[in-house]
Amino acid sequence: MEPIVLTKDNFEEEVLKSDVPVLVDFWASWCGPCKMLSPIVEEVAKEAEGFKVGKVETDDEMDLAAQYGISSIPCLIVFDGGKEVKRSVGLIPKEQVLKLVK
Amino acid sequence: MFDVIIVGAGTAGLSAGIYTARSGKSALILESKAYGGQIINTPEIENYPGIKNISGFEFATGLYEQAVGLGAEVRYEKVISIEDEGEIKVVNTAENSYECRAVIIATGAKNRQLGIPREEDLIGSGISYCATCDGAFYRNKAVAVAGGGNTAIEDALFLSNYCSKVYVVHRRDAFRADLKDVEQLKSRENVEFVLNANVVAVLGEDKVEGIEVKDKNSGELRQIPVAGLFIAVGQEPDNQAFSNLVALDSTGYVVAKEDCLTNVKGIYTAGDCRTKSVRQLTTAAADGAVAALAACERIM
Repeated sequence: MEPIVLTKDNFEEEVLKSDVPVLVDFWASWCGPCKMLSPIVEEVAKEAEGFKVGKVETDDEMDLAAQYGISSIPCLIVFDGGKEVKRSVGLIPKEQVLKLVK
Repeated sequence: MFDVIIVGAGTAGLSAGIYTARSGKSALILESKAYGGQIINTPEIENYPGIKNISGFEFATGLYEQAVGLGAEVRYEKVISIEDEGEIKVVNTAENSYECRAVIIATGAKNRQLGIPREEDLIGSGISYCATCDGAFYRNKAVAVAGGGNTAIEDALFLSNYCSKVYVVHRRDAFRADLKDVEQLKSRENVEFVLNANVVAVLGEDKVEGIEVKDKNSGELRQIPVAGLFIAVGQEPDNQAFSNLVALDSTGYVVAKEDCLTNVKGIYTAGDCRTKSVRQLTTAAADGAVAALAACERIM
């Protein structure tokens, strides 16, 4: 599956109320490392079993970025049961992305 | 068995891959993170000859596609050691062991840490090494920049456009940065210089809420409330894994001249990871070519 495009309107439904863990990629179009990470996150999304993957564009969704204290991107956050359980900042290889959701 | 193994897929490593592949030799490029190296953090490149303007991401992707298109292979594995067995070199990663006839060390450089407690833990929670990447998240907030070189001054100028206040903390009272930029920074009303001072601690538990600076002369401590600390105190190499094999200088760079030869036969070095005075995109690309051609000539 493609990553879900997350906005302040669907974040609660898709992430906080999800019955499976959700890996959320906070990114922006001007951020080089984010663009490097994007294809990795998309690959993980396609192969995802037992979890979902979503993306938040921080320029469009400044409120969500502020709410989750994003101050450096790319930033991956795993939500489970409506709560943040893991966070990783910066470009990481696929294996490390997968470790976040395992 | 590969002809040439290149450690690092930044500008130097990928350039070496292009030249190795075009010489008809097999090239394996081992990268611990992602291709591109430091340049992917640069929004705009305007000093690469022949290209007026390109983003670091586009540049790196073009270089990667060119190397792979010519036949170089890129694998994402961290090199932990290299063994010199004369004509054969063994490159060990966390997962595998590869044999080859020549090695090019192109590990680049990374941002130097300030060396304060909890620095690593707070990356992404108020500590940043890239003002152009993260500055926008500090709109209307107070921030501090640690450093006194070109990057620190450029960062402070950039941040002063967004932030309510920018403190520039520098351990000396003079700057190594371009005078023009320093003068421009001094004219900004929301910029305060904290000179002859070191950042000694970060305040706040889970995120940065302030910094503590120590005056070098009086020893006096001062707490400054800031939401972010941007660290720009230069670069450092990442060559510890090879310290038992090739000669490193006192700061950890692989000792080599413009010919890119190390003190070990069949082991070359290219780009920011070697001793040199100018570290630019063009010099990294040039080193990649020089090292690759030297390696290919040796294994003819």
